[in-house]
Amino acid sequence: MRLRRPAIAPSAVLWLVLGAVYFLVPLLATLLFSLRDAQTGKCCSLSAYGVILHDPQFWSTIKVSFRLALETILVGLLLFVPTIYWVHLRLPRLRPVVGFLALVPFVVPPIILVVGLLKLYKDTLHAPFWFLGKPDFFLVGAYVILAFPYIYFSLDAGFRSIDVHTLTEASRNLGASWRTTLGRVILPNIRVAALSGAFLTLAIVMGEFTIASLSAFQTFPTYLQYVNESQAYPAAAATLLSFGITWAAMLSILLVGRRGGQRTVRVGVGR
Amino acid sequence: MVPFFAYAAMFLIIPAATVMVGAFRSQDGGYTLDNITSIVQTGNLREAYWESIRISLTTALLGGLFGLLIAYAAIRKGTPGWVRSAYGTFSGVAANFGGIPLAFAFIATLGTIGIVTQFIENAFGVNIYQHGFAIWSRRGVELVYLYFQIPLMILVIAPAIDGLRAEWSEASANLGASRWQYWRYIGMPVLMPSILGAVILLFGNSFAAYATAYSLTSGTGLPLVPILIGSDLTGNVFANPHEGQALAFGMFVVLAAMMLFYIPLQRRASRWAK
Repeated sequence: MRLRRPAIAPSAVLWLVLGAVYFLVPLLATLLFSLRDAQTGKCCSLSAYGVILHDPQFWSTIKVSFRLALETILVGLLLFVPTIYWVHLRLPRLRPVVGFLALVPFVVPPIILVVGLLKLYKDTLHAPFWFLGKPDFFLVGAYVILAFPYIYFSLDAGFRSIDVHTLTEASRNLGASWRTTLGRVILPNIRVAALSGAFLTLAIVMGEFTIASLSAFQTFPTYLQYVNESQAYPAAAATLLSFGITWAAMLSILLVGRRGGQRTVRVGVGR
Repeated sequence: MVPFFAYAAMFLIIPAATVMVGAFRSQDGGYTLDNITSIVQTGNLREAYWESIRISLTTALLGGLFGLLIAYAAIRKGTPGWVRSAYGTFSGVAANFGGIPLAFAFIATLGTIGIVTQFIENAFGVNIYQHGFAIWSRRGVELVYLYFQIPLMILVIAPAIDGLRAEWSEASANLGASRWQYWRYIGMPVLMPSILGAVILLFGNSFAAYATAYSLTSGTGLPLVPILIGSDLTGNVFANPHEGQALAFGMFVVLAAMMLFYIPLQRRASRWAK
């Protein structure tokens, strides 16, 4: 005998539908808005997309933001993977310390961090131009900190799910160097965690406005804000393209997570 | 370990410390409490904190309530599995929306020439902007913030709802308890630390938000603490260069107090986690 599937509760339907309406209406409205004709304001025209896709600023800022995201991911992983590995292997007493540091960015959000960074490096230390004037140093420096909690929680879960000690001992006993052990034994085993951290970082950097705008750098989000202020319909098109980037990054996390059979950590990003 | 701690010091600890110390510095280099007291005494600065706290509290409570109801509706027995995973996936993405694109999506929806604004005007003959609504007002900002607050609540609370085991509700039903008694004596007490922790997280999430509010309200002057700090950095609206740091210090105090409540709640909530 098969048990009949219980029917969905009416109140559940109500809340799910209300939620779906609230979440879908702004997306649909943005789509309709982006299809309005620049002259008449009526539907439907793809001219707004043409304006954005033919704007060299769109391509150059998206390239800058993407490059910054890759640099942030690289620096972040190089910095955090060996650290968290070592904490799990040899210094478990430091785990609460590192975990505490991972919570600090929640108490020091971007708006506070940018005040501190500018006061310290610009007003007090008068740091040289190659550091202050180039997004690849100043912004990436800050973005690694913004990404730190997300990469940390992702990697920490990854390291907890593997047997760090046995893997390390086996590899070392077979004569592998520390670098080979880390690169060819440990890294492949935490690949899923590292990838989720990387995609989250990509989503963060592609959307970060606060620090970029207040330290006067041109990135994709500051370009979006500039379009918002100047051209209504192309702004809707650019907004949808930007949503597309977030979607792609977040869905990639789910895909690698599902394939690796590991639960990924997802928390809201400071906005 | 050394590069890691050196990096954290360079880009997190020392800059944060600079803000803390700067908040207590006077213009001639001495130490003073004047920057802090001037926040309390200056009407528009005090007003900004009040406004920020009010918006954060409203969106944390409403986001928490609706997030909880939607998460429970998606997870409870009877809801098909695909509905649940659709809401889970969407929340994972939507909690990461925000900032400039989110602000514009709502301008396209409920701005002066937004799709929904015009729809309401055509269908019912009512212009909501003549009835006190504006997307850059407090109500407008709250409505937009809920777009990332509700999904964040769904993400954070879903594991706790999952932790409510079916046996508990069956056991209480077998012992003759009503649904209300089950929630009053079992469900809610187990969920409460997670709910409170999540609401605190939502409060901080909204309190620290800058980009969304900046994009919605630019130039219209809804005074929020992050906005004031931002205009201090770019335009020096304050006569005293330490005022921005004092404002940032005030934000830090609020967020740190929040963490002090959050961490023990989190520890307690994890007791029933699977």
